[in-house]
Order: sequence, then structure tokens, then C-alpha cells
Amino acid sequence: MAYSEKVIEHYNNPRNVGSLDKKDPNVGTGLVGAPECGDVMKLQMKVNPATRVIEEAKFKTFGCGSAIASSSLATEWVKGKTVEEALAIKNTDIVRELALPPVKIHCSVLAEDAIKAALSDWKTKQGEEVNAAETKSAAH
Amino acid sequence: MAIKLPIYLDNHATTPADPRVVDAMLPYFTEKFGNSASRNHAFGWAAEEAVEIARAQIAKLINASPKEIIFTSGATESNNLAIKGVAEMYREKGNHIITQVTEHKAVLDTCKRLEKYGYEVTYLPVQKDGRINLDDLRKAITPKTILISIMYANNEIGVVQPIEEIGKIAKEKGVFFHVDGVQAAGKIPVDVQRDGIDLLSISAHKIYGPKGVGALYVRRKNPRVQLSAIIDGGGHERGMRSGTLNVTGIIGLGKACELCQQEMAEETAKLSRLRDRLKEGIMSKLDECYINGSMEHRLPHNINISFAFVEGESLLMGINDIAVSSGSACTSATLEPSYVLKALGVGEDLAHTSIRFGIGRFNTEEEVDYVVGRVVETVNRLRELSPLYEMAKEGVDISKMKWTAAGE
Repeated sequence: MAYSEKVIEHYNNPRNVGSLDKKDPNVGTGLVGAPECGDVMKLQMKVNPATRVIEEAKFKTFGCGSAIASSSLATEWVKGKTVEEALAIKNTDIVRELALPPVKIHCSVLAEDAIKAALSDWKTKQGEEVNAAETKSAAH
Repeated sequence: MAIKLPIYLDNHATTPADPRVVDAMLPYFTEKFGNSASRNHAFGWAAEEAVEIARAQIAKLINASPKEIIFTSGATESNNLAIKGVAEMYREKGNHIITQVTEHKAVLDTCKRLEKYGYEVTYLPVQKDGRINLDDLRKAITPKTILISIMYANNEIGVVQPIEEIGKIAKEKGVFFHVDGVQAAGKIPVDVQRDGIDLLSISAHKIYGPKGVGALYVRRKNPRVQLSAIIDGGGHERGMRSGTLNVTGIIGLGKACELCQQEMAEETAKLSRLRDRLKEGIMSKLDECYINGSMEHRLPHNINISFAFVEGESLLMGINDIAVSSGSACTSATLEPSYVLKALGVGEDLAHTSIRFGIGRFNTEEEVDYVVGRVVETVNRLRELSPLYEMAKEGVDISKMKWTAAGE
């Protein structure tokens, strides 16, 4: 399969690889996917509770180049955004940015799910109510 | 000597033609271009003579008689002709066929089609090492069984089946025995007499010959096997396969067989040395690598390794100056991980991380060392990126976790 230049660039130079302390009340962790399906993404975000701005984002991904690129891009995009702005990111935005072919759309869905899972974890930790619509991508 | 990139280590998919094979073919494109079926002029005679030499070269490689070799367009056609040809010809005798689950799709899908036409097919399971259990085979045979079709060696894991023992069982029960010999013929000694094989499929492009040509061995005595043709026409190849012979391709196949036979002992020693160097190099530098399939009953040039916690397609992307293939779903057209590994009981999580290495005639020690270095470096880099590796290192049992998959 031929990859887009942007996918190759993220694969070769992934942004924000690593982990944050999952016990920190200001860190939300999202772990989505399954090893049997060939992709697992872990996305973590540190959110300032006063400003609701995402100050840090880290990821680790088991998956193909497109999955790695999708999660790398997601961390880049959410940094500096508010929780609400990050929740508005759609998988189709990722598809467009990375020029993903149809067979790789599920990688972008997984990245959107990871953002939503991490932020609902953060909200739960903050004692906020989590809207069911915010936990899964609309692509399901 | 400097290494030329990319390095080709996918010799189960296809092989480069040996220059000696190409040299043998060349005159038959131009000055000796005749149709081997032209019986009344010198052009036809020259082509026919060359085809008959090739037939003898192929027969010699597998200890058959030249009259038992039928030319086809490749092993997919050979497998189709063998299975469908026997099924139709012996329909009165029975409608039951036995094969096994890790066969090539050319056998499995042919059997599936026959099921639609009322045939019954038993797909034997394989053991953890990739080989069938002979007791399973014995139990599966019924008075209605007309054919057993089992591959000599598997294309993904290189595991060699107990062909001689299967041949004995088939003979005992009076059932024809077809073998897909694509990965084995020319690589390890294949002997249709010793092995009790009644039909054997071979392909030129897996043994340093050209693409688009293959052969089917069809036993002529003890027992005589008859086939219904699947291609009708001018009655070439004793009526079993009509169509003007692919003279240049056939000459290439013949020459490829001759070279394989002459050089097999030496080549096997070289290939298994390189394979072991590759295996040791990788396994000594990386933890959590698992070999798929039997090491004892295996082609000398194959190794198939699962690199836990690293998805196969991402690994291929990282070693993009090396041509290998993966059992990962992402690299297959069906988006399913390898059915061969699944049949061995390899978990889907590990099937996604598997890489097949197929070493060939033209690979060198320097290339193998380069591949070891690139694989080790890339696996380490991707494991740093892998949440599963991190969890495993923290002592989390990944198999016991509850996962949510995309699309659910």
C-alpha cells in the first residue's frame, strides 16, 4: 500500500510519544482498540481544570502506519485546545489531513474515540457528568 | 561489497529468474519461435524438441517419466486441474475429498467450489507445529473418498507435511493423492515414487523460472490417473490441457528444474545457513519473538516470526528497504489476519505481528546481517511506541483485559 507523505512523516517522526501519570487527577487516559484487531491506541491529556485547556498530550499506539499517524496528529491537534474544542474534532478531519484511503478510515475513528475516551476519563476524575454522545465517535 | 537496496527476502511469493534460465529461453522468442504442435515443418520440430527436453528435465527432478508431465499456466491451474479433473472423472466412484486447512487458496477455493456442486470436503485441522495428524487423516477416509490433497510445504510458515506417510495411507486405501508441491519441488528432494504421489503441482516462478508457466505430474501407472479436462480445445497435452504450449515458458521451467536438481545439495546448505543466521541474529537481540510452525519439519529457506507488541504492517513500513511479507490483517486484501497462523492456534494478536522471511538463491550473508540490524532497530523503535509493550513491562496481562474495538 502506498502511504501519503503526511502519514510517512508522522510515522518517521511521531509527535508526543510517551506517557503521563495516569493517577494524576488532571490527566485523562483513553485506551481504545484491541490487540486481536491489530490496533490499540493510548491517548493521555493533561488538562488545566481552571481554564479547561489541554496543556499536554501523549500517545502510544500499536497498529499500522496510519494508526500511528492518526494518533500522533490527534495529540498535535488537541494541545492548546479546550476540552470542548477537542471534543469537536471529527475522524473525517483526520482522514482529510492525512489523506487516508477508505481501508484506513477505522484508524481515524479509533483516534477520535481515543480523544473522547481520554476526556471522559478526565471529566469523571473531575466529578463532571459525561454525556453519552461524547464517548464514541459518530462514525459508529 | 556494498549492499544493493532494496533487499528481496520474499522468495515464497516469487523468485527472480536465473540468468541461465533466461538465456535458455531467449532463442525461442525469435529465430526458433515455432508452434510445437506444427508437425510438418522445421519451426514446429525445433519447438517440439525443446519442449520434450524440458519435459524430461522436469520429470527428472521429481523422479517421474516425461510422459507424466502436463504443462499449465501455473500452479493455480495445476491445482484446479488436478482436483476438478479427478472429481469429475471419478464422480461415479465417490464424491468425497480430503484436504487440510493451511492449503493455498488455489486448493481451498477449488474445494469450496466443488462443495457447491455436491461434493463433500473434509478440511483436516493442523497441529500446533503446522502438520496434520495422520490418525485424523485415516479416520476421515470413507468408501466415498476419491482424493486426498495435501501440500508438500506451506507458503507462509515453510512447514513440510509428512508426505511419504500420507502417500502410504492413500495407496493402502486406494485413494488418489494430489500434492501442491509449489514451495517444495526444486528446494527439497521430492520423489513421486518414494512419496506415493499421484498428482503434483509445480510452478516455474518459485524456482527461478518465468511467471505464467507450471506443470502437473499425472501418474500413468500403479495406479493410472485419468483427468477430465477443464479447458477444452485442440486436445493438446494428451487431451488434458488444450491450448498452444507456452514454449519459452516451458523451456524456462525445464531449465529451472535442471538447475535446482544439480545445485540442490549445495543450495540447501547455503540457504539454511543464511536462514539460521537471520533467526539467531534476530532472536538473540530481541525478546518476545516467537517462531511460527515446526523448526524440525521446515523448508531450509523459510522463517516466520511474530514480534509481539509490534503490528506487522507498521514493521514493514519501518523496514521499507527490505521486501518481506506479513500475516497482519492490514496487509491482506480481506483485512483478516493470516488463516494459516490462526489454524496453528497462534492468537490473532500475535498473527498481526508476524513476518515471513523467504531467503533465495541470490541473497548474501551481508544482506542477512543488514536485515537483522534493520529489523532489530525498527522493532525496538516501534515497541517504544507500543502501549502493549509498556503494559507487558508493567506486568499487565493483556490477554485478560477487556478491549473495545473500533466499529463496535
